Amino acid sequence: MGEIATQVLLGLPWTLAVTALALLIGVALGMPLMLARSSRWLWLKLLSGSIITLVRSIPPIVWLFVIFFGIGSGYFRISPFTAAVIGLGLISSAYMAEIYRGALLSIHSGQAEGAAALGLHPVRVWIDVIMPQLFRVALPAMATFAIGLLKDSAIASTIGVPELTFQANAQSMATYRGMEVFSFVAAVYIVISLPVAWLSRDLDSRMRAKVSR
Amino acid sequence: MSVFFEQAGTWLPQLWGGLMLSLGVTAASLLIGLPLGFFLSLGVMARERVLRYAALAVVEIGRGAPSLVLLQFAYFGLPSTGLVLSSFGASIVALSLSTAAYTSEIIRAGLQSVPAGQREAALATGMTRLDTMRFVIMPQGLRIAIPALLGFAILIFQTTSLCFAIALPELTSRAYEIGTNTFRYLPALTLAGLLYLMVCIPATMLVSWVEARATH
Repeated sequence: MGEIATQVLLGLPWTLAVTALALLIGVALGMPLMLARSSRWLWLKLLSGSIITLVRSIPPIVWLFVIFFGIGSGYFRISPFTAAVIGLGLISSAYMAEIYRGALLSIHSGQAEGAAALGLHPVRVWIDVIMPQLFRVALPAMATFAIGLLKDSAIASTIGVPELTFQANAQSMATYRGMEVFSFVAAVYIVISLPVAWLSRDLDSRMRAKVSR
Repeated sequence: MSVFFEQAGTWLPQLWGGLMLSLGVTAASLLIGLPLGFFLSLGVMARERVLRYAALAVVEIGRGAPSLVLLQFAYFGLPSTGLVLSSFGASIVALSLSTAAYTSEIIRAGLQSVPAGQREAALATGMTRLDTMRFVIMPQGLRIAIPALLGFAILIFQTTSLCFAIALPELTSRAYEIGTNTFRYLPALTLAGLLYLMVCIPATMLVSWVEARATH
């Protein structure tokens, strides 16, 4: 069992890398996507709204297959790792855009109006007044999403990224001890998500005090 | 483009069968998972400590482990205990557990959002605890939970795509199979994606409609 565990844990850095990079893409691209979604221009609103719906309505595994087998097998090759990061990053962007939008709704409109009345430039209103509060409000939802993404990264095993679930599969086939192997890997996922949940709860209670409501 | 439509015509019956299987697995998982989720939510709220911890353990395992790992556990893991499941059986076992764990939290949130006065008033009029639950708390709490439960149903439908990993011939598996046979992955997967959209977009619209009605 010890040897199986060490083999499975070889996949841990890959799992963490896929999750972290996809989350980073989501946190970054989710913002412009949300801004477009709540824009005054109807066409921009419709376009970003359709992108979000399209991305969220197709299962993650299909996105990974489209990117890895569909696009990646044609004109240019994509490594499984890159395909997983792009695919999960794309999905994260759509979900993060919705999380940001929800958080934005909870920030009192007086904040933006007050800042504008003080003569702040619209860009500065966003960067200095809205965004710091937005991130604080969005944090719990972001943490929940990050934990979900950690589990979704298991899908990367189907296109051959050597992460936790991929290693578990290989060990299960090599040793015929699927019961132990998959129980162990399930426990690893649960154990990694625990500190994220604790950290977010702690951060949330400290940051909540600083948000105007 | 015309080549795409020509191929789409020949692939569609095969993919359609896959879609039906995906929908079947979704329906079976919801049918088994929802009642289980309801009982788990009662278990988590129970005063009995052993019962509460047991229910919490099931919920945390069902939500904490990736669905893909649960599926593989049911298909590749359980046989070593002597319980050999078909890929269809394993899909239903794993996804029902997932459904039960997630919906138990949704149902619990719904039941707990019923104002405490309702329960107190019902008990004060002499209703038994069981009747209070059946006639006062459940009708109100479950109504609150409906939009979130519908949203979850869409999610579990998408999750059936993971049954690919245990060789269940559902929509994603069939698109992948067409891809490996013809080396035309992109059109086959696009077609599968369109079929997912065909189910998910109307379903999402339905959920937001129900949500809008519920908040009024």
